[in-house]
Amino acid sequence: MSQAPIPTLPFGRRVSRWFGRNLIRIYAVFGFTYLFIPVIYTFGFSFNDAGKSNLTWRGFTLNNWKNPCGAPDVCSALGNSIKIGLLATVTATILGTLIAFALGRHRFRGRSATNLLIFLPMATPEVVLGASLLAMFLAFRINPGFWPTVIAHVMFCISFVVVTVKARIASLDPRLEQAAMDLYANERETFRRVTLPLVMPGIAGAALLAFSLSFDDFIITNFNSGTLVTFPKFVYVSAARGIPAQANVIGSSMFFLALIIVIAGQLVNRKKVR
Amino acid sequence: MADASSSSHGDLILTRLTKTFGDFTAVDDLSLTIPQGSFFALLGPSGCGKTTTLRMIAGLEEPTVGSIFIGETDITTKKPYQRPVNTVFQNYALFPHLSIFENVAFGLRRRGVKDVKEQVEKVLALVELPHFADRKPTQLSGGQQQRIALARAIVNRPALLLLDEPLGALDLKLRRQMQIELKWIQTEVGLTFVHVTHDQEEAMTMADTIAVMNEGKIEQMGSPADLYESPATAFVANFLGQSNLIRGVVSSTDGDSNVITVHGQKISLLKSRNQSQTTSVVVGIRPEKIRIDLPDVPTTGNALAGGIVSDVSFVGVSTQYVVEMPWKQDLMVFEQNDGGTPTLRSGDPVSLSWNVPFTFGLDGSQDVNAGAETDEIE
Ligand SMILES: Nc1ncnc2c1ncn2[C@@H]1O[C@H](COP(=O)(O)OP(=O)(O)OP(=O)(O)O)[C@@H](O)[C@H]1O
Ligand SMILES: [Mg+2]
Repeated sequence: MSQAPIPTLPFGRRVSRWFGRNLIRIYAVFGFTYLFIPVIYTFGFSFNDAGKSNLTWRGFTLNNWKNPCGAPDVCSALGNSIKIGLLATVTATILGTLIAFALGRHRFRGRSATNLLIFLPMATPEVVLGASLLAMFLAFRINPGFWPTVIAHVMFCISFVVVTVKARIASLDPRLEQAAMDLYANERETFRRVTLPLVMPGIAGAALLAFSLSFDDFIITNFNSGTLVTFPKFVYVSAARGIPAQANVIGSSMFFLALIIVIAGQLVNRKKVR
Repeated sequence: MADASSSSHGDLILTRLTKTFGDFTAVDDLSLTIPQGSFFALLGPSGCGKTTTLRMIAGLEEPTVGSIFIGETDITTKKPYQRPVNTVFQNYALFPHLSIFENVAFGLRRRGVKDVKEQVEKVLALVELPHFADRKPTQLSGGQQQRIALARAIVNRPALLLLDEPLGALDLKLRRQMQIELKWIQTEVGLTFVHVTHDQEEAMTMADTIAVMNEGKIEQMGSPADLYESPATAFVANFLGQSNLIRGVVSSTDGDSNVITVHGQKISLLKSRNQSQTTSVVVGIRPEKIRIDLPDVPTTGNALAGGIVSDVSFVGVSTQYVVEMPWKQDLMVFEQNDGGTPTLRSGDPVSLSWNVPFTFGLDGSQDVNAGAETDEIE
């Protein structure tokens, strides 16, 4: 017995060390599981041979994916939501970006008040907003429907656009614009060649945010859309009778679409840096 | 200072330039002429108004009072993009979304120049980064970014190039190398460079003319040698290198020199080197001009007796002594390590001597420590 055995740590220490090293991973697994179980569940049940109600598993089928518009009205509801979402996104992004530049770059009377007011729609409960908007539309003798819904969506999306774009503008180094001016670019060209490209990621992010906010808004839409059926409204209404599996197909597709956009964005960014 | 009569058409002329922020005066009634084609250094401690001055010349800051001329043209109210002036910013300010090529081409494209590609390639070769055209600024090292910032400015051949501490972020070796390159480029392209720095060594090695700035004002302007050998104020004497400044009184006159009594001992000061208008005078002598000897060794020229060595530090080429004088003032002495003097130790009694012409006399009303603290922080 001349060779000393390699000293081993006591069992308890080894376990605690293992936990110490892997705690963050364990935590991450739990976190992501918690986040993704609903998504996985939705995705799984999009393959359910559901029939009338998609509450219990009845067997695997690809029919729902082959025929996403199979359930009555699901695709027209989806179409409405996409139309409203696009219109609201474009309008809110343009207006919000202009407001963000005004607030971020210019000093004018009422600037701090505007800064504060921009936050209000985000802080106000949606039911209250929805109900007041409906009251307002009725007072102006405008019947609820497609356009009132678009207007309502633009209204609550603008705040988010302003906040997102303003943050990007604030992080912009003013010396870059000064350098452009120093290099013979006038105000317009400086904006076009330096300011706008640098703020663009913020604007794009704001547009994506606006679209997703508009697309799944239920409360405000429910007040102002009248008989028009949007996708969230469709799902809500059919919940009483049983949600068709096609809703799961569309929901999962939206999720994957968002995922692809995010990954593509990352790839483009990485390529730009290289 | 440049002689106004010899001024060519591209001199930069600042007249009574003043900039106030609220009730704080950053640049105070500044007037100077920078001759075309010269390498001009603006030297001063942090916060003295160097950047503010440059920004006014570039048009990025509006002067509160005063005017800026390039030759005959008044550019005081011109927009930055209307001035034949380019800036190399303190932090480079390269456009992160553009390639190196597009960064350098930016000014050329705005001016609608034809042979953009050729000119960009030429200037990239000049700054020795010809293969970096396709990269993004974030993929360059600090020194490379600095050279691109320089290329982006000089490619436009402006009448005037402003450099705001462009070497501040570099390590000492790269800094020395870039100083040589910058100086070489300046002679090569023949532009007027206004170089801002708070590194006195940098200013002295590169510039034809240095202006020492303090609290928004120019303290003194002249060639590096002039400023070093004949500082006009205690601030310049202390800020540019080190100086021993001793208070004294003019007690008599002997031919072309004044006899000054400093703490009971008499030394000579050439009248031509005495700037004091009164009998109160601050006598200055650079540490490397002083000889240090044991008290019994005979001395020539000016001598001060009764010193005690209080600190000795060996710095390779020289030995630096701190000598405490009888009036409790510490004087600095740098002695070449050429074997000429025996090494002295702390506590040794010594006498100091130097040649009379090295002595300079300043106005007696100044604080002898002005500018000294800033130098020590460096
Ligand atoms: N926009 C401003 N508002 C208020 N004060 C300012 C402004 N810009 C500069 N100052 C002040 O003016 C003084 C001079 O500033 P400046 O930037 O010109 O200094 P500097 O000499 O370039 O210093 P450094 O060597 O640190 O770069 C400083 O005291 C500074 O605080
Ligand atoms: Mg500065």
